[in-house]
Amino acid sequence: MSVNDLFKQELKVINLGLESFYDDLTRQGVPAIQVQWKPAAGGDQKMASLLGRLKSSK
Amino acid sequence: MDFIEEANKKALEMIQGARPTLVGMGIAGEVVPGMHKHLILHAGPPITWDRMSGPLRGAVIGGLIYEGLAQTPEEAEKLAASGRIEFDPCHHHNAVGPMAGVVTASMPVFIIENKTEGNFAYCTQNEGLGQVLRFGAYGPQVIEHLRWMEKTLYPILKEALEIHGPIDLKNLMAQSVQMGDEVHNRNKATTSLFIREMASSIVKTRATPEDQAKVFDFLNSNDHFALNLSMPASKATMDPVGKVKHSSVVYTMARNGTDFGIRVAALGDRWFTAPAEIIDGLYFPGYSMEDANPDIGDSCITETMGIGGFSMATAPAIVQFVGGTPQDAVNYTTQMYEITLEESESYKLPPMNFRGAPTGIDIRLVIETQILPVINTGIAHKEAGIGQVGAGVVHPPMKCFEDAFEAYVGLLDDEGLLD
Repeated sequence: MSVNDLFKQELKVINLGLESFYDDLTRQGVPAIQVQWKPAAGGDQKMASLLGRLKSSK
Repeated sequence: MDFIEEANKKALEMIQGARPTLVGMGIAGEVVPGMHKHLILHAGPPITWDRMSGPLRGAVIGGLIYEGLAQTPEEAEKLAASGRIEFDPCHHHNAVGPMAGVVTASMPVFIIENKTEGNFAYCTQNEGLGQVLRFGAYGPQVIEHLRWMEKTLYPILKEALEIHGPIDLKNLMAQSVQMGDEVHNRNKATTSLFIREMASSIVKTRATPEDQAKVFDFLNSNDHFALNLSMPASKATMDPVGKVKHSSVVYTMARNGTDFGIRVAALGDRWFTAPAEIIDGLYFPGYSMEDANPDIGDSCITETMGIGGFSMATAPAIVQFVGGTPQDAVNYTTQMYEITLEESESYKLPPMNFRGAPTGIDIRLVIETQILPVINTGIAHKEAGIGQVGAGVVHPPMKCFEDAFEAYVGLLDDEGLLD
């Protein structure tokens, strides 16, 4: 399906992360579900790197 | 990381399989390991007198007067600062204490045995609300009440327990979480079940009917009495986890009114601490956050096991005490599944469609999701002796988890277990 065809249909949106996108859509009457997603360790590089070390080891 | 999953599986088997049982009562100086006349146990991680907060200092002063080691508050303060009194966390002596958590040698304690692992945990009797030692009060009526608990309440409960035989606390708490208790700040059902269980044995003791009636009246007046059973039951459940090598499960959370501390299984007895937080909650009339002491007490051992704040959904009435709505309580519990490894096989929560309580906090999940454990708690006034000024919801500082996680990865690295 092309992007143009997609936007001609009624949109049902699952928004990941930034809540402002979800707020904008719902203000315009577009059905949307917000998923509270954050990058691993909230983006803290040190913690993300330690998590990465655990995950990359067997 | 198969070896981590294996270690955590073992830790969770220990938690799920624990059988904390009230087996008797004794005097702290006779039954608590390492206890002696000049040792005062306190809540939370280790702390020295000069860093203690108001309520903990007040409880220490009261403890010294109760023990007869000081006659006046001034004398007690001088003695506490002299270096002649030893301070140590309850947790270092298989014990736990609510709020200030002060335990001295003459205090009666409940003895809880985890029948599965064979380890023991200890906790004093709950004093009730109002002017009480655990909130830092040390006036004559506080000491007099402690003496009544030692000379009347304790002998009757001890004898009644001997008549009754051991009480399976897991069974008791599993029932009460289906009766509206989360067994940390709502203990009404648990206390009621305890009274019902003990009633006939209490009337069979050799005590006078007048004293027996006073014991019933006291138990009936104190909805929190069973907190001092759910805490050592949780402690007895979690302590064996602290010996599981390589496990990333948190087995202790505790606060002393100055610092919050956690311990992680793989890292053994090492504490990871950061300044304790001020509690967001409902304050009693005339008090505000300005009056609050930072977070204090060992009672979040209940959350560490998965009840308390983790099971708030099952206690909708508690939001009138700690703030929020019943939906907030459901949300707290739902969120805690994100940082725990399993659902309890014993503590089933009706409002969660009988899902088990979120069980086994994994430090990796806390770091990855940035979701902190939720704790509901009483709020102590920052000055000694005033008492409880409210109740609310609080989280541990993230720093405890970050430092512990760094140490955890470092440990595995040092052992050559990481690529």
